[in-house]
Amino acid sequence: MSLIQNFDLYAPKLVDRKEYLCSGHRACQGCGEVLGVRLVCKGLGEDVVIANATGCMEIVSSMYPFTAWEVPWIHVAFENAAAVASGVEAGLKALRRKGKIADRDVKVVGMAGDGGTMDIGLQALSGAMERGHDMMFVCFDNEAYMNTGIQRSSGTPMGASTTTSPAGKVSMGQKTWKKNVAEIMVAHNVPYVATVCPSYPLDLIRKVEKAKKVKGPSYIHCFTVCPTGWRSASELTIALGRLAVETLIFPLYEVEDGKYRITVDVENPRPVEDYLKHQGRFRHLTPDQTKLIQERVYQEYNKLLDKVENLQAWSDLKYDLGMLD
Amino acid sequence: MAKRVGMEVAIAASEAVALCNIDMAAVYPITPQSHIAEHLSDIVADGRIDAEFVTVESEHSAISCVAGACATGARVYTATSSQGLMLMHEILPIVSAMRLPVVMGIANRAVSGPLNILNDHTDIMSQRDCGWVVLFVENGQEAVDLTIQSFKIAENKDVMLPTCVNIDGFQLTHMVEPVEFPDQKLVNKFLPPRKPYATLHPDKPVTMGTFAMGDIFPEVMKAKDEALKGAKKVVLDVFAEWKKLFGREYKLVETYKTEDAECVFVTMGSMGETAEVAVNELRKAGVAAGLVKIRLWRPFPFEEFRAAIGKAKLLMVMDRAIVHGGMGGPVSVEIKSALYGEKNPPAVHDYIMGLGGRDVAVDDFEAMAKKSLEAYRKGVEKDYEFYGVRG
Repeated sequence: MSLIQNFDLYAPKLVDRKEYLCSGHRACQGCGEVLGVRLVCKGLGEDVVIANATGCMEIVSSMYPFTAWEVPWIHVAFENAAAVASGVEAGLKALRRKGKIADRDVKVVGMAGDGGTMDIGLQALSGAMERGHDMMFVCFDNEAYMNTGIQRSSGTPMGASTTTSPAGKVSMGQKTWKKNVAEIMVAHNVPYVATVCPSYPLDLIRKVEKAKKVKGPSYIHCFTVCPTGWRSASELTIALGRLAVETLIFPLYEVEDGKYRITVDVENPRPVEDYLKHQGRFRHLTPDQTKLIQERVYQEYNKLLDKVENLQAWSDLKYDLGMLD
Repeated sequence: MAKRVGMEVAIAASEAVALCNIDMAAVYPITPQSHIAEHLSDIVADGRIDAEFVTVESEHSAISCVAGACATGARVYTATSSQGLMLMHEILPIVSAMRLPVVMGIANRAVSGPLNILNDHTDIMSQRDCGWVVLFVENGQEAVDLTIQSFKIAENKDVMLPTCVNIDGFQLTHMVEPVEFPDQKLVNKFLPPRKPYATLHPDKPVTMGTFAMGDIFPEVMKAKDEALKGAKKVVLDVFAEWKKLFGREYKLVETYKTEDAECVFVTMGSMGETAEVAVNELRKAGVAAGLVKIRLWRPFPFEEFRAAIGKAKLLMVMDRAIVHGGMGGPVSVEIKSALYGEKNPPAVHDYIMGLGGRDVAVDDFEAMAKKSLEAYRKGVEKDYEFYGVRG
């Protein structure tokens, strides 16, 4: 029995009833990203400050003089959410130490879309993570620049047709494989890295709660379906998120101190075709092209399984100071 | 009275920051700002001040990082130069629109290309319209005094705008000058802890940096413009209080021997001291020369400038940047607009000089005055020229 079927039964106990991103925002019907933000906020609770990059979530939630945010929130620009978040963290840290604000933990969370994380914001993110700020960064990945009109990013999957990687007579659409930022974050020695999808709300919330407890940087990569950009039916948003996981296209896992663990097991993976066929952005793909994608998905999943099976937590690795005794 | 010490100006500027009880600084190294960054990191490393020092990965992140910290209510500082300032550019008007009182030191340097690390004012002039309070200093003492005053100006409830202190790169930053540091207790009295209007904290959630379309965007721009213009009065008040507490007097526009001057040099920054010597030399030769030094560049002190030039018939503007495709350098363009509509305005001759660290000596000022006076006496119109430039 999967988590989602028990949601109604357990939700009151497992999920914060309070909304931190309130209704009335201007997101599209069936927006997976705004649902992701809502659930992330439930995992975070009240004691947070959010630094949001320019993008859909900023636009739909903060049209002056309105705000959908019940938690402190700042937006400065597109590529600098991680830098702003790191500054908020440094400011709060100094003010708390100097007794100028309440003496309690406040988690600073940077948020951006795939463009704001994987392309234009990657440098600021790398810097903030490397500096070890006590902050979380969440990438809401809907696989293209949706806010500006569905242009390709480095998060756009191979074969997807976007407005700057259109499928044409001599093009299959996006010609590059999706950049894996979660792995890049692991390579930064970030102590907690996880992938989530709002189609698995309890898995998502639990990972956010875990990341919040980390003293130091943490990174969460949230896969969010975009009916507008993917040209999919808005009522399929949750189903498509589940299909991305069930086809192994977007595996849900976490990396704690270097130790990989798959959190939602997929016993009988479905063919990628089951996921691709519901989306207009993949409609042009030929069977050969679909096969190419299937092959890559298996390859990437095998690499992940290899890490799950063979990589140990940093504390369990071979060398330690005891060897000097 | 405090003791005067000999100190490199960049070091002195960071010592001034240390007197201001900052909570946080974020800097990225760039020549010739780097001594400010290095010395400030020393001060923090030795525990002389209790502040977070964030070594960001770029200037874009430096300004973003201090903006985030400033939004929490912290007193923040950053410093940069040239390409670094250009990289910050995108964020500068956002910081002023968000009314974040960030203070920044700028070690003025030419902007590439070609690559050049020496002094001129191209970096700050390209950021002229970002809505910051912009101050220029002439020597080490002014770098110290105006850095401290900047926090008070920026944080004033009627201003709440970022403020930058322009210190000529190398010509000033790397010179050892006599500097007198104000007493810490007096600085504490002059500059009490920041009282932010709104802060990022869950105790009182606020939304900052919202999306605004044409129904409200122009009002935000007007509010920023009015705040910046209103900053002039606050700068004057801060100068007056400084004089009372520390004895040193500052004006928005400084004058030197202008009372009876026929021709007047106009400078900004470190060049003022060389120009003073030139005025003395010219006066020895019988030329009624004077000097006007602009300290506050934004908001531009129009009334004070017009009063400062007195009855001069000829202004010789020393521009250390150029408005490409326009009417000379940015200072002369500003001055011409300040004089528009005035009865019998003086002739304005613009000299674009000292670019990319090209030395400008006393002789050069004298030569420019000679050129201008000749043209003026012959009634020849003269707009701008690249002084001493081949080709």
